[in-house]
Amino acid sequence: MNQPDASAIPGSTGDSLSADLLVVGGGIAGMTAALEAAEAGKTVILVEREASLGGRVVSSNQYFPKLCPPTCGLEINLKRIKANPRVSVFTLAEIEGISGEAGNWSVTIKQKPRYVNMRCTACGECEPACEIEVDDPANFGLSKRKAIHLPHLVAYPFRYVVDPEHASDPRMKACVDACPYDAIELDMQPTTVSATVTGIVWATGWRPYDATKLTNLAFGQAPNVITNVMMERLASRTGPTEGKIQRPSDQKAIAKIGFVQCAGSRDENHLPYCSAICCLASMKQATYVREQYPDAEIHLFYIDVRSPGRMEDFYEKVKADEKIHFHRGKVGKITEGSNGNVILHAENTVTGEMKETEVDMAVLATGMVPNTDIDPPPVETPRDDYGFLAPNGSGIIGAGTVMRPYDVASSVQDATGAALRALNAAGGR
Amino acid sequence: MDKKIGVFICDGCDIAKSLDTAKLVELANNDPEVAHCQTYPACCSPESLATIRSQVNDNELNRVVIAACSERVFTDEFNFGNEIPVDRTNLRERVAWCHEPNDEDTQMLAEDYIRMGLAKVKNMAPPEPFMEDTSKEIMVVGGGVSGMTAAKAAADAGYQVTLVEKEPQLGGWARKWPKVFPKNPPYVDLEDSGYQDLIREVEKHPKITIHCSTTVKRTKGQPGMFEVDLQNGNGGAHLKIGSIIQATGWRPYDAKKLTHLGYGASPDVITNVQMEEMAAAGAIKRPSDGQTPKRVAFIQCAGSRDQDHLPYCSAVCCRVSLKQAKYVREQLPDTDVYILYKDIRSPQQFENFYAAAQDDEKIFLTKGEVDSVTSNGNGPIAVELSETLFGKNIRVEADLLVLATGMVPSTKVDEVPAPPPLAEGEGVESAESTTELPVIQDEGVMEDGKRAAAGAEKGAKILNLSYRQGTDLPTLKYGFPDSHFICFPYETRRTGIYATGATRAPMDLASSANDASGAAMKAIQAVESIARGEAVHPRAGDMTYPEFFMQRCTQCKRCTEECPFGTLDEDEKGTPLPNPLRCRRCGICMGSCPERIISFKNYNVGMMSAIIKAIDVPDEFEEKPRVLVFACENDAGPTIDMVGLKRLKYNSMVRIVPLRCLGSMNVIWINDALASGFDGVILLGCKKGDDYQCHFVKGSELASYRMDNVREKLTQLVLEEDRVELHEISMMEYERIPAIMDEFLETVERVGYNPYKDM
Repeated sequence: MNQPDASAIPGSTGDSLSADLLVVGGGIAGMTAALEAAEAGKTVILVEREASLGGRVVSSNQYFPKLCPPTCGLEINLKRIKANPRVSVFTLAEIEGISGEAGNWSVTIKQKPRYVNMRCTACGECEPACEIEVDDPANFGLSKRKAIHLPHLVAYPFRYVVDPEHASDPRMKACVDACPYDAIELDMQPTTVSATVTGIVWATGWRPYDATKLTNLAFGQAPNVITNVMMERLASRTGPTEGKIQRPSDQKAIAKIGFVQCAGSRDENHLPYCSAICCLASMKQATYVREQYPDAEIHLFYIDVRSPGRMEDFYEKVKADEKIHFHRGKVGKITEGSNGNVILHAENTVTGEMKETEVDMAVLATGMVPNTDIDPPPVETPRDDYGFLAPNGSGIIGAGTVMRPYDVASSVQDATGAALRALNAAGGR
Repeated sequence: MDKKIGVFICDGCDIAKSLDTAKLVELANNDPEVAHCQTYPACCSPESLATIRSQVNDNELNRVVIAACSERVFTDEFNFGNEIPVDRTNLRERVAWCHEPNDEDTQMLAEDYIRMGLAKVKNMAPPEPFMEDTSKEIMVVGGGVSGMTAAKAAADAGYQVTLVEKEPQLGGWARKWPKVFPKNPPYVDLEDSGYQDLIREVEKHPKITIHCSTTVKRTKGQPGMFEVDLQNGNGGAHLKIGSIIQATGWRPYDAKKLTHLGYGASPDVITNVQMEEMAAAGAIKRPSDGQTPKRVAFIQCAGSRDQDHLPYCSAVCCRVSLKQAKYVREQLPDTDVYILYKDIRSPQQFENFYAAAQDDEKIFLTKGEVDSVTSNGNGPIAVELSETLFGKNIRVEADLLVLATGMVPSTKVDEVPAPPPLAEGEGVESAESTTELPVIQDEGVMEDGKRAAAGAEKGAKILNLSYRQGTDLPTLKYGFPDSHFICFPYETRRTGIYATGATRAPMDLASSANDASGAAMKAIQAVESIARGEAVHPRAGDMTYPEFFMQRCTQCKRCTEECPFGTLDEDEKGTPLPNPLRCRRCGICMGSCPERIISFKNYNVGMMSAIIKAIDVPDEFEEKPRVLVFACENDAGPTIDMVGLKRLKYNSMVRIVPLRCLGSMNVIWINDALASGFDGVILLGCKKGDDYQCHFVKGSELASYRMDNVREKLTQLVLEEDRVELHEISMMEYERIPAIMDEFLETVERVGYNPYKDM
C-alpha cells in the first residue's frame, strides 16, 4: 500500500500510528522483513530514507550466479507490497527518535517533503520542462539527470521527486506549469508522524568503502580506475552508458581489463574484514565484459577466491573461460600508463617481485561498510569495531548487511528470521 | 447475479491525445452488460477516484474496467474489494505511450483492449476462498541446532510445535563439537555453541512437544491439514499439522571414497569429524599408537571443490580446520600445525579469526594442490603439494593427517545403483557418469513422450510425503531442496514445507541458528495465510484456487505430472485429487489440461477464449494482420510496460494477453487464435534451464515443452511453423520487445496472411 494517512492504518487512532513491526530501511533486507511479517498477518510500518524502495539492489545490473536482473525479484516483492493491506510504506522518511523497549516502542518518523503530491501520474511532462540538470548520484556522476526525476524504472512509489536543494529554485516554476495534474508543490513542508510498535528491525544496509582512501590504487586520480559498484552502473541498461562498458576517460572499448580484489578489504589499514561478495561480484563483472567484448582479456588479481557453497560452480564456470585469467597476488599499487591506460603492480608471490600488468581499465573490488554510522539505531545498540551490529543487541534487531557483509540471498535469509526475532523480542503474539 | 459493468476511461497521460476516447465510450456502451461508462480527465485524481467509487456504489456495479494505466501503478486506488473483479485495461503504457498517436491502428488497438477487458471481467467471479478448519501447529523434523532454534522461535511466537528427532536425544552434531568458531566481537576466541542451554529451553517450553527416537512414518494431506504419523518404540503418534520445517541436517562426505588422500591407508589419517571427537575427549593422539603427534596436518577441500566428489564448497571447513588448529595448539603446545589449502575461505568478520591463526608461529598455512598422500606403515604420512606459492613442489610430513571433509545434505539421495557391467565398446564416459553424480530429481521425457513426475519415488524418505510426485522435498543441484536460491531462498517446491540449516545449504552452527528463525517465520506465514484462505508466495494473498470439472476428465494425468508443486494426487484410475492448500495458483494445471476442465474464479479457459474472441480480426483485404502475444505477467508484462515508459514504439498489430505464468498457457488457445484468423502468436516467458528465472520454477520450461504440441497443431491446420514463436525475456531487456514484435510481423508478411481469416 502507498504512503498512508494515519486513519488508513489498521489499529491506528488519530495521528498516532500503531503496528506490530517497524522496519527501518527499504532495501532488499528491509522489504523482506516487512513482507514476511505482513504475510504472516502482522501490521508493519516500513520506513525508507530514499524516494523509492529497493535500496542498493536497484543499482546492480545482474545477480550472481544466475546473471539475472535484480528487477525480477524486486518486481515480485513490490507486487507483494502493493497487494498487502498490512504494510504501510513511508519513503523519504527517517527515524527521528525511538524510546521505550521491546514490546512497546514509541517512534517518531520524520517525513521529508517530496515536493510532488499524490496526484503525480509519472506522465513525465515535468521533466523536459525542467532546466536544472545535476550529476546523477545514482550513476556516480557519470551522467546527468533533471532536478525533478523518477527514481528508477521500477520505483515504488511510482512518482516523481524533486531534489530538496532545488525545490526553492525559481526555475522549478516551469515544472509546476508543465504538470497537467497540479502534482508539484514546491512549498511542501516536512512533517512528523508518531507511531507505537512492538518490534523493530533495523535494516539500513551498506555503502561501498570510500575508494578515494585507496590512494595507492589511484582511484580519483586515474579516471580509468573505477570501483565495482560503478562497474554495475556501466553495465546496466539504465546506467550512464545504457549498458555499454567503456573507459570513462575516452569511451574507448575494452581490450584488456583488470579486477583488483580485496581493494581495501582484508587490510588492517582499511577494512580488516572480508566483504564476502566481492570475489563473486568481480567474476560476474568479468562475464559482463566477456559478453560485450568477446576478444577482451580479463585479469583478476586475488588473495583467496571465496565462492562458498554452490557458488563454486560459478567460479568453475568463469575459470573455464580461457580469456579470464586468475592471478594470485594482491595489487599493491596502480599507476597511470600511456593513453589513459593503468598499470597494476601486483606482488608475484613466487619470486616476491612486483609484476606489472597494463590494462585499459581497472576495477577495484571495494568492500561493504555498514551504514550504522550514518543511520545508527537511536537506542544504544552494541556494535563491533567495524560498525556491524552485535548479534545480541538492544531489542532492536538488525537485518542484512548491518549485521555482516552479505549477498542478496543471505540478506533475504537473515531478514526473514530478523522479522520473527523482532516480533519475539516483543513477546510473541 | 446480473453483471453490471462499469467502464472508467482515463483521458490523462496522453491517452485522450492519442485516442478518440469518446468512441471508446460508445463502444463500451454498446455492450448490454455495461451499466455505466464515462471518461475522466485523470482517473487517479482524488476527485475522480471519489466519483468512480460513488458510481460503483450508486449503480451497484459488480465488475469494473479501469481503462487507464498499468495495474502495476495505483494498485490500491483501483481496488474495489474482493467482491468486485477489476480489469486494468492498460491504455497508457501499452497503447498511448508506445504507438502512433491518432492513428487508425492505434485506435483499433485501444478498442480491442476495451473489448478484451470487458470479456475478462465478464468471466471473472469473486473468489470463494478455500476455508477449512486448519491447524496452526508446526512440526519441526530434526532436533539439532537448526531444528531446536526453529522450534523455539515458532513456540515463542505462540505456536504449538512438535519437534521430532530420530536420535534418543536432542542436539545433533553440536553435541560433538567442544567449541565453535567465534560469532561475537572481536571474533578471535573459540566460543561455546550454547546448545545445552538451547536443549534446556526447548525441553521446558510449554508449547513444544518433543518426540525423540522418532521418525516420520507418513505425511498425508496438505498444509494446514497435514496428517502426520510418527513412529517410535512406543508405537508413535498421529498429529494434525499446519506446516513443516525440515531441519534434518547433513552428513559428512564419506571419507572412504578419499583413498587418494590416504584415508584407510593409515589409521593416522582421520576426518575433521573424528578430530572433533578426539578434541572433545581432551586427547589428540595418533590413533595408530596413542602417541602425541608432533606434526598435525590438515588437507582442506578433502573431497570438496572436486568434480569427482563434491563439486561445491562446504563453506565451513576452512574455519573448522582453523578452529581445530587451535585445539591442537591448546592441547599440544609443542606440536606444529600445517593447513594445506587451495583458498582460505573465512568470510566476513571471520577474517579476524584467520588473521589470528596467521599470527600463530606454530600454525603453517600452505597453499597448494595435493598431489599425493603416502604412508608407509608406522612412519609419518607424507603429503606432496604442487602449485605452491614457493613455486616448487613441496613435501609436508605429518604424524596425524586430518581431512577436512565437506557436508552432504540429508536430502541427498546416495548414488544410483551401479548399472550392469558395460559390454566392450561402450563408452567409458557413461561408466564414469554413474559414479557419484547428483541424482537429478527432475522431470524428464519418458519413452512414451509423457513426462515423468518430479522426483517420484526418488525422495530421501525423511518426511515420507504421500504425494504423487514423491516422498520428500524435490531437490535442485547436489541434493539441496530449494527452488529460488537468490531472491527467495526459503522457497521449496512443496507448499508449507521449508528446509533450514545444513539441509538447505552448507552452513555453520551459528548460521544454522540464524537460518532457522527465518524458516520458522515462513512456517508461521504458511499457516496464517492458509487460515485466511490465501495463497503463499509468490501469489501471496490470492484467494482463488483451481477447480476441476471432473465429469470431463480423461485421466491423462498431465496436470498431476506437470504441477511444479506436487499439488495433485490421483486415484488408481488417474483422476486428479486436488489439494488446494498445496497450490500456488500459477495455473500450470490449467495450461496442461487438454479437456479444459480446470479453472480459477478469476482466471480460466473460458475467459481466455472470450478474450481472444473479443479481438476484432480484420479480413485479409484490410491488410491488417493480427498477432496475439501471450506474456508472463511476472517478467514479460512489466518489461512490456517499460517499453511504454521509455516511449519506444512497436507494431500496433499485436494484442497482448497477460498470463500468470507462461506455463499456464493452454495450447488450445493458440489453436483457437489461429483457427479464428490470427496471423501468428508470440509467447513471452522467463528464462528456463539451470539458471531459470520462472517464479513457478517449471512454467517457462513447460511452455517450451508445449511448443512441440503447438507445432503438431500447426501441422494439423496446415500452417507454417513460423506462425508461433517463443521468446525468453528478462526484465530490463525492454529494448528487445519492439524488435521481437516488428520482426515477427515481417515473418507474418513473408509467410502471408492466415488462410483461415475469412472462414
